[in-house]
Amino acid sequence: MAAIDMKNIVKKYGDGFPAVNDVSIDVQDGEFMILVGPSGCGKSTLLRMIVGLEDITSGDMVIGDRKVNDLAPKDRNLAMVFQNYALYPHLTVYENIAFPLRLAKTDDKTVDEKVRAASKTLELDEHLDRKPANLSGGQRQRVAMGRAIVRDADAFLFDEPLSNLDAKLRGQMRSEIARLQKKLGITTVYVTHDQTEAMTLGDRVAVLKRGILQQLATPRELYDNPGNLFVAGFIGSPPMNFLPAKVEGTSVELPFGKVEISAEKAERAAGRGLLIAGIRPESFEDASVVDASRKGSTFRAKIDVVEWLGNTAYAYIPFEAPPEVLEQLQQLERDLDGETLRTQLVVSLDGSSRVAEGDDAEIWVDTSKMHLFDPATGENLTIDTANAGRVPALEQGHDPAQEMAAESRVADEQTAAAEGS
Amino acid sequence: MKKNNLGTGAGFVLILVWCLLPVAWIISLSFKSPEETAAGSPQFLPKDATLQNYRDILDNPDFLDALRNSFGIALIATFLSVVFATLAAYAIARLEFRGKRAVLSLALAIAMFPVVALVGPLFDMWRTFGLFNTWPGLIIPYMSFTLPLAIWTLAAFFREIPWELEQAAQVDGATSWQAFRKVIVPLAAPGVFTAAILTFFFAWNEFVLAISLTSTTGSRTVPAQLSYFVGPDPFNPPYGQLATASVVVTVPIIIIVLIFQRKIVAGLTSGAVKG
Amino acid sequence: MSTSVAPAAAQEPRRPGKLGKAPATARSVSENRLGLRLVAPAVILMLLVTAWPMIQALYLSMFRYRLTAPDDKEFVGIGNYTTILGDSLFWQDTFNTVLIMVITVAVELVIGFAFAMVMHRIIFARGLMRTSILIPYGIITVVSAFAWQFTFSINNGWVNSWFEWLPWIGPDTNWFGDHWPAMFAIMVSEIWKTTPFMSLLLLAGLSQVSEDMLEAAKVDGATWWQRLFKVILPNMRAAIMVAVLFRALDAFRIFDNIFVMTRGAQDTESSSFLTYRQVIEQLQLGLGSALSVLLFLSVLLLAWLIVKLFRVDLAQARGEG
Repeated sequence: MAAIDMKNIVKKYGDGFPAVNDVSIDVQDGEFMILVGPSGCGKSTLLRMIVGLEDITSGDMVIGDRKVNDLAPKDRNLAMVFQNYALYPHLTVYENIAFPLRLAKTDDKTVDEKVRAASKTLELDEHLDRKPANLSGGQRQRVAMGRAIVRDADAFLFDEPLSNLDAKLRGQMRSEIARLQKKLGITTVYVTHDQTEAMTLGDRVAVLKRGILQQLATPRELYDNPGNLFVAGFIGSPPMNFLPAKVEGTSVELPFGKVEISAEKAERAAGRGLLIAGIRPESFEDASVVDASRKGSTFRAKIDVVEWLGNTAYAYIPFEAPPEVLEQLQQLERDLDGETLRTQLVVSLDGSSRVAEGDDAEIWVDTSKMHLFDPATGENLTIDTANAGRVPALEQGHDPAQEMAAESRVADEQTAAAEGS
Repeated sequence: MKKNNLGTGAGFVLILVWCLLPVAWIISLSFKSPEETAAGSPQFLPKDATLQNYRDILDNPDFLDALRNSFGIALIATFLSVVFATLAAYAIARLEFRGKRAVLSLALAIAMFPVVALVGPLFDMWRTFGLFNTWPGLIIPYMSFTLPLAIWTLAAFFREIPWELEQAAQVDGATSWQAFRKVIVPLAAPGVFTAAILTFFFAWNEFVLAISLTSTTGSRTVPAQLSYFVGPDPFNPPYGQLATASVVVTVPIIIIVLIFQRKIVAGLTSGAVKG
Repeated sequence: MSTSVAPAAAQEPRRPGKLGKAPATARSVSENRLGLRLVAPAVILMLLVTAWPMIQALYLSMFRYRLTAPDDKEFVGIGNYTTILGDSLFWQDTFNTVLIMVITVAVELVIGFAFAMVMHRIIFARGLMRTSILIPYGIITVVSAFAWQFTFSINNGWVNSWFEWLPWIGPDTNWFGDHWPAMFAIMVSEIWKTTPFMSLLLLAGLSQVSEDMLEAAKVDGATWWQRLFKVILPNMRAAIMVAVLFRALDAFRIFDNIFVMTRGAQDTESSSFLTYRQVIEQLQLGLGSALSVLLFLSVLLLAWLIVKLFRVDLAQARGEG
């Protein structure tokens, strides 16, 4: 059991492109840490540097109280579950799980005890004599975890372990992993591109974009106080809506009309000209089903499409955005591995709402949850820094504006940044 | 649909006839007595089947020497070639090093090399080094000419072993050598075996060097020895004897093919398309 | 001597997470060293038996040098080359070789493709089929040459009696008594022995053509021939070209069949045979070496021509294009 401390880690390849750039993350002993981001963000590279499969260009990697920069993987005492599980096809399930113990020359009795214990935990008892080729995806996944847990390793590392499973199994295995980690209380670093996994599994989540740490915080902090546009757009499903906004006094002008915000927020956003407002879909509601006592503003809009899911309904409302906002939103969409089709507002309505396609509906919005972003830097102007974990860009010595500009230059040059996964 | 099946069936029969008729023919010929072939015997099957040819050929010390030489030389060349090729193929499939492309180009060039072009200089060199008409004199060139084939086949097999397996082994606490021995070797064994079969076929079959670099039955292999069986009149060779000898040296090939057909096909085509 | 095809080689494996070449870290230095050490034995061996003798041949080719009279060794510069290039026998043999190469490869391509189609569709007796097809591949070329020589033999062969009904074949047709019939017999043996190799390569290419695509073509209204020429063959291009390249270079080196079946009689000599005869039978090391060099250059030229002409993309042949 050990803490993992990454200090100013940099990974540069031969062409000088930093796949990981000055990332510092402190994983506490026993903590479940998620590294998340779209492909090309450096999360897998970072994981492979922890385990020793990639060299570290600069910075310190400290596990427990040992600096491990130059140690071979075998000397780091870490266990890893690979994306494709990396089961040894010529060995039985039993021998696959026993493999690390055999390498450590453990005596047969201890091996047997540990393998049986692991297989019991993972419900693999009846499959011990089978070869990996004859197992289902979920079973293979469990064997890979078995190989990790027999080790008494200092930490577990997971590299997108669920990405090869179908949606249903993925949900089951997700809770399985969470339960196991709680039971063993072992330090865990988990790489994923799926924000749902990040939110549900992590004690804390590190959001990365193009090798740079964007924010390191608990899931709740990320959700309520995203450090910038990127984090705001990445965390949450359906994603946060971004609208052009102009602040005048305590009122904000949105494409659908004016809404009121608190004086404190208005002050922070004052004098900045055109901004981007971020409002999550669930901050909206069909005005006709909202309790009149709830605070908020209402506006009327024409509903384009409604998706009714039973417990909830998503309504889509198209809007026009000025070019400078549009450009920023399109860049954001690219950063998130998505494709911009059109600018539209997604609002989440109660399942009992009767709003239909083509209606001119009255929509209620809870403006206290609204954030305002600087369109040039993406910085969240209305962030509650006390509840936002760590946002490196806001720390001393960083100039967010300059950094963002440099970053988008890199982005243009490296449109197809390959990612180690 | 029915027409297609009929066509496939007819094609199947045609392929069998094409492949097996000449083999059946030499088998049939091997049972014809010397008297029958001397008198002229254009019919397919022997009039009076006899084992005389087999008795004669297995009593022929030159032929037995040639068989021994063939087996010895082919097996040693195969073994050494596969060992060296395994090392090289592993490096090519798994490691980054300078000159990798040069090695691959060299192998490609040698696979296309006209063997006859080497006969003169090798003849001269081997006489100088005392390798002319010796086993090593054939084993060394056989190794060189089978290395490209073996390297390619093996590199293709190594590439199919997921890179992650080796990394997983390292994370599990294995040294590079342990990862190679406990994970890569067992998984590559079928590939190594396939490469060995293909290499053996080459060495067993080789003719140009075998007649050029040997002079006595001390090191002459079967294909070369067969060509010396022809006797005084090249237009009236001892048919039965030659056919019988041919059958005897084809038996090992047929046995290998019967047992390992799947592996051989996989090996032959491993480089042509991604497996 | 058939050679397996592995154009794969040209493609370097992509290592996960690598962008370009890594800077010289301790790890990459030791990886570099290990790699060189592992390939060294193979490389040295390959060079020892090819590059060194080739240099030797280049040197010897500039001398008049006969082993029977080693003391008469005399520097003649390019004299051997002018002798050879001015000799009609050299051109006759080169013509024979090219002719054999073109005809056998063309015929093998057609028959091999037909075989591949049958093997691709067949659902029964796959093992029997594979075994049968591998026997000609595995059989010694000399044995194949004998089998076909006896097949065409005037006294003991079955061709004359089985095909007597053809107007130009009679019981006393002497296949080895004339240039063209002898060439025909040689080519039959060559084709029989190497078609299986060709068909296996083509089968591998054929199985890469997706069934979905063929079904889509069917739905789009393509006939069997249209599917063959517009869908199947274009998608097998790489496999076909690689098969042609390797078989052509192999056929260009034809030696065993000619040696056994005619010993070069009836003007059936090939370039390889001529070289062999000069060196081993006449011990003309100087002239023979010049022939070796020319043969080597022709193979290079041929390989270059095929690659350029058909734009064989060796990397693409692996299906990674």
